[in-house]
Amino acid sequence: MMAFVLDVLSWVLLTLGGISVLIGGIGALRMPDLFTRMHAASVTDSLGAILVLTGIMLQAGLSLATIKLAAILLFLLLTSPTASNALASAAMLAGNKPGIDTASDGGGAT
Amino acid sequence: MTIIFGIFLLTLLLITAVAIVQTKNLFVAVMLMGIASLLIAANFFLLDAADVALTEAAVGAGVSTVLFLGALALTSEHERAPTSRAVLSFVVVTAAALIVIYATFDKPRFGAPDAPTQTHVAPWYLEKTPEYIDIPNVVTAVLGSFRGYDTLGEVFVVFTAGIGVLFVLAGGSGGRRAARSAANVGLSQHLIPRVVGRLLIPFIVLFGLYVQFHGEYGPGGGFQAGAIIAAAVILFALLEGEGKALNVIPRSVLLGLVAGGAILYGAVGVAGMLLGGNFLDYSVLADDPVKGQQLGIILIEAGVGSTVTGVLLSIFHAFAARDR
Repeated sequence: MMAFVLDVLSWVLLTLGGISVLIGGIGALRMPDLFTRMHAASVTDSLGAILVLTGIMLQAGLSLATIKLAAILLFLLLTSPTASNALASAAMLAGNKPGIDTASDGGGAT
Repeated sequence: MTIIFGIFLLTLLLITAVAIVQTKNLFVAVMLMGIASLLIAANFFLLDAADVALTEAAVGAGVSTVLFLGALALTSEHERAPTSRAVLSFVVVTAAALIVIYATFDKPRFGAPDAPTQTHVAPWYLEKTPEYIDIPNVVTAVLGSFRGYDTLGEVFVVFTAGIGVLFVLAGGSGGRRAARSAANVGLSQHLIPRVVGRLLIPFIVLFGLYVQFHGEYGPGGGFQAGAIIAAAVILFALLEGEGKALNVIPRSVLLGLVAGGAILYGAVGVAGMLLGGNFLDYSVLADDPVKGQQLGIILIEAGVGSTVTGVLLSIFHAFAARDR
């Protein structure tokens, strides 16, 4: 019974994680400018990674694999926001200022 | 399932390759090459080649991207317009592609049990590794002991490549130190990358050492570990400035690592000869042949790791110290 509940929970988490990754991907393609795209892509990095990795951890049970997955999750949570920060400041330095551009409707083209 | 994933990854790889050829922006091309390396690494892992996957991910996607960016900083970001040889190169590339595609018809089916890979020396390696060397990772046994000559050759190729790059980049230009002030600052103005980077560097080095010394038991070895440790030091150089990284590991130490690793590898081989065996025969290094083999593999892997770390860091510093 316990195993069944854990299995269902893990698949729910994996599905939600997959959906967040998909949303992040669509957002990264459809959003109008760099900063909003990064915002969309961060859904993949943060929510998607957490949900998918937690789902796999529940599948793996209490084993060495779970500890490795937890370490991966920890490193992802440290590195991906840092990478986003570095990317955003690099974009700012390159003169790409965030702002509302009402003229373009986006559509994925830069 | 493996086949579906493999075809998916290879399709992405093909798209990435076309995009690399298409783009005129070299910065984009470098980023796409990193993605291509990561895709091929995932594909290697699907085929159960964990050692190769680790190498490809560490060297292809990690260090070589940084080295390409370092080279890009010395040149323009945009590709020069091609000269008029387009037709000729198109013909050559098409002919080569057709020959390669024709050659694949003779290859055995994917995973065929009667393929030469499965029937030639591989069964012997799998059967004899527990008896002769007694380590779980047969890849390390093949790389370090059975095919020790090939690996020695690889180490000397890496060594020669490093020396060559140093000659080309360090020679000639007089004002090598002029651009140092800009490179010395690093990212010290940017707090978040700096703090997180400094937090991660010890763990990256630790992981590199694990990959180095766990190579007999799991995927890993000198090549991967060298790339990982070099990546950690390059990260330090990017965060704190190249000068500080050179204070930590000076050029003389780097050259010592480059030459010392290759010499260590060769010396293990010569030691085998002096103790009465053949060149690179580790069995004579200890009283027990199996222990001797294990000792030999650990020593030559240390040599490989040292040379790879030294060469990668030397190339990085050679790029970083160049005048813009």
